[in-house]
Amino acid sequence: MIISFSNCEYEAFSQGKALYESQCANCHNENGQGLRNLIPPLAGADYLETHKEEIACIIRYGIEGEMIVNGESYNSQMVGIPILTDVQINNIINYINQAWGNNYGLSNVKMVKEQLENCNK
Amino acid sequence: MRYLIITILLLSALFGIYYFTVDNKPAVVTSDFEEAFPILGFKDITPEGDTINHSIPDFSFINQDSLEITNETFANKAYITDFFFIHCPSICPRVKAQMLRVYEKFEDNDNLLLVSHSLDPKRDTVAALRSYADKLGVDGSKWHFLTGEKDMIYAMNSEYFIVANEDPDVAGGIDHSGRIVLVDKNRHVRAFAEGTDPDDVTQFLKDLEWFLEEEYGNAN
Repeated sequence: MIISFSNCEYEAFSQGKALYESQCANCHNENGQGLRNLIPPLAGADYLETHKEEIACIIRYGIEGEMIVNGESYNSQMVGIPILTDVQINNIINYINQAWGNNYGLSNVKMVKEQLENCNK
Repeated sequence: MRYLIITILLLSALFGIYYFTVDNKPAVVTSDFEEAFPILGFKDITPEGDTINHSIPDFSFINQDSLEITNETFANKAYITDFFFIHCPSICPRVKAQMLRVYEKFEDNDNLLLVSHSLDPKRDTVAALRSYADKLGVDGSKWHFLTGEKDMIYAMNSEYFIVANEDPDVAGGIDHSGRIVLVDKNRHVRAFAEGTDPDDVTQFLKDLEWFLEEEYGNAN
């Protein structure tokens, strides 16, 4: 009963959250904290704000090489998730940009589509 | 022990009220040490009637410091082990986060070591494992990351009751279970937890305390 009541509560970006938990949380963790110096955090990550135009490409195609997140260096390969549609990627971005106290603004499908057409593959 | 826990969980689910009166699932389902930590695996009986328990066979691998690691490394010690690979996009980081909990809780206990076997020796070279351990921020004499002969690594999985297979259809190309396994000083597997389940590992940490207390008289 308690469970069914709590499910009635409004939850923002629930599809993005579900996708995040199935596609991203293995590495970045449900709480967005990443894993030590192996996997960068998303929660409170300046990178999400300073590299807004890259996030959709990173989700689809992955990323390699050094990156600096909150002043810390990370250098592990992230594989892309090619099965995600543009709409799903948009939902994930909206979720991670608002989750865990993040406040990095809203994305929309048009922005994501434009970004994905210009990825450095 | 695991079946007892499962049974108790099922019972408590039936009597939902149970959850409102007790904060945690019962920490200890039996007070008997031998019952709580049975020697796992098939047993054989000699013609003389003696029991032969399953035990971890001889192995030889190389760790992140290029040191040869064999059963001798763990003489008189217990260890916790798992299987992983660096490029694993699925459960490995999840399991590693739980292995880190074990590491942190028992960091100063010399009687317990940690061992992570790489299932991808081609890419997970000594240098790659070194870098991985450094990024995790863990001490190499406490937590060994092993590489070696691929056949020997894959032969070890089943000794620890872990399933691992190369499978091009799964993400990362290697399908494996995320169990973390306790091996005692006599090479016997005594307990395991699902490394993908933080609640299971919380219970496992409590069990480990008991185990180390009983075996070495000291959990810390």
